[in-house]
Amino acid sequence: MNGFRTLFYKETLRFWKVGFQTVAAPVLTAMLYLLIFAHVLEGRVQVYEAVSYTGFLVPGLVMMSVLQNAFANSSSSLIQSKVTGNIIFVLLPPLSYREFFAAYVLASVVRGLVVGAGVLVVTLWFVRLPWASPLWILAFAVLGGAILGALGVIAGIWSEKFDQLSAFQNFLIMPLTFLSGVFYSIHSLPQFWQEVSHYNPVFYLIDGFRYGFLGVSDVPPLRSLAVAATCLAVLSAFTLWMLKRGYKLRH
Amino acid sequence: MSSPAIRIAGVTKRFGAVQALAGVDLEVARGEFFGLLGPNGAGKTTLISALAGLVRPDDGRLEVMGHDVQADYRAARRSLGVVPQELVFDPFFTVRETLALQAGYFGIRDADPWIDEILENLDLTSKARVNMRALSGGMKRRVLVAQALVHRPQVIVLDEPTAGVDVELRQGLWQFVRRLNRDGHTIVLTTHYLEEAESLCGRIAMMKQGRIVALDTTANLLDRVPGHALRLRLGNGARLPEGLAVCAREEAGGMVSFDLAACDELEAILRSLREAGVRVEDMELGRPDLEQVFVQVMRGA
Repeated sequence: MNGFRTLFYKETLRFWKVGFQTVAAPVLTAMLYLLIFAHVLEGRVQVYEAVSYTGFLVPGLVMMSVLQNAFANSSSSLIQSKVTGNIIFVLLPPLSYREFFAAYVLASVVRGLVVGAGVLVVTLWFVRLPWASPLWILAFAVLGGAILGALGVIAGIWSEKFDQLSAFQNFLIMPLTFLSGVFYSIHSLPQFWQEVSHYNPVFYLIDGFRYGFLGVSDVPPLRSLAVAATCLAVLSAFTLWMLKRGYKLRH
Repeated sequence: MSSPAIRIAGVTKRFGAVQALAGVDLEVARGEFFGLLGPNGAGKTTLISALAGLVRPDDGRLEVMGHDVQADYRAARRSLGVVPQELVFDPFFTVRETLALQAGYFGIRDADPWIDEILENLDLTSKARVNMRALSGGMKRRVLVAQALVHRPQVIVLDEPTAGVDVELRQGLWQFVRRLNRDGHTIVLTTHYLEEAESLCGRIAMMKQGRIVALDTTANLLDRVPGHALRLRLGNGARLPEGLAVCAREEAGGMVSFDLAACDELEAILRSLREAGVRVEDMELGRPDLEQVFVQVMRGA
């Protein structure tokens, strides 16, 4: 096995070993959102013609789970390794900074996809989705997972304590995901907030992902794809630059 | 000519206001058992970290088996195994998983036979399937040693491996490390137990405030302190003859002590005591030890 494959395997095995907490728990959380919001809003909110509110909500919830869990995977692994000191085990071997980056981000994508698939399977009981274009679904899930995985690497390396990481999570990741149109269409917002939403990259991830299921979206999916790809490129470049410099890892 | 196991040239490192390394030059030949001693904060761990690529020096060069630790980091890290000072472990995995992963990071396939051998040698076989969390401190220490060896490095650095370790494990560990050294591995050891360094290391460097202040073979270092220390307890009420009293020191517990440059001085002292009719109740002859050298070097530096 080469170093990258081992690190990727280890990062995947790590979350799988505590699957109850890393997979089952977020699936349950998404279920609760679905039960409550669908119960309250079904029949009252209609975003797209011929799409029930539950049908609108489910893809958003799935994508939100993908994103949050991708972020959680790399960030929590890194902060734990740093705080306990076992990060040394991956710093001593001849792993390049690129391998390091790829392994953490890819494992994040896997965690995101596993949780997303779990949410999807459970919600299938509640709603039938048209599955308009599965390739878009996969493309946005992978891109979104990678973006948040890279953000998780940045946050995990930058944070020195758990509360700094949770600040990153609570003040950046949570607002970005909750204000991205998971629970509503941004067209229902006042003009000002609609425009603000267009500066939220997560909005494009949710919107494009939803397009894959419903065949309709707030913005054209190609534009969302372009935004997502650009975000990933910029964040990856930044993360690689951090890792190459050894920021907070190699003094 | 083959390169030395370790070559360190002009290495400096500053952490904020602290000059952790103030220009270190050092070469360790292949196959040596080398000791790196110094008080806390002398820069030993920083030097090891720089060698392992965990710390980037401000200036200077470091090589392991001829490979620059920055420019040729892959080859350098493959040649180096480090047992860290802190008792770190990953609570997600068992002992065997920990070792298999570590081997994998180094790109090693089919590490199992070698892992079995290391487990056997470190008396860990029965713990192979146990989660790291469930191990005692001494066991965790052994796993750290095992982890440093999974990629069969030519150079092995042990940073205070026996801190807080019981006697049995310590002896077992040294036996194993000695064997690795006999098999051709270069060993670098830092420790606070000077008697360990004295009995194991062929050559020793002493560090203080980021500099090497003494570097010599263990034998030469021991020669720096005057020969032997003779301690005597005299019989009730007895006094030293005048000729001897001037060069003796009174110690606690009614002992007197002499510094002997050579063993034959002992005969002269005993003869004059016999002639003066002084009875000797107890006698100790101490060898010069590394601790005396260490104290002297640290005071002088």
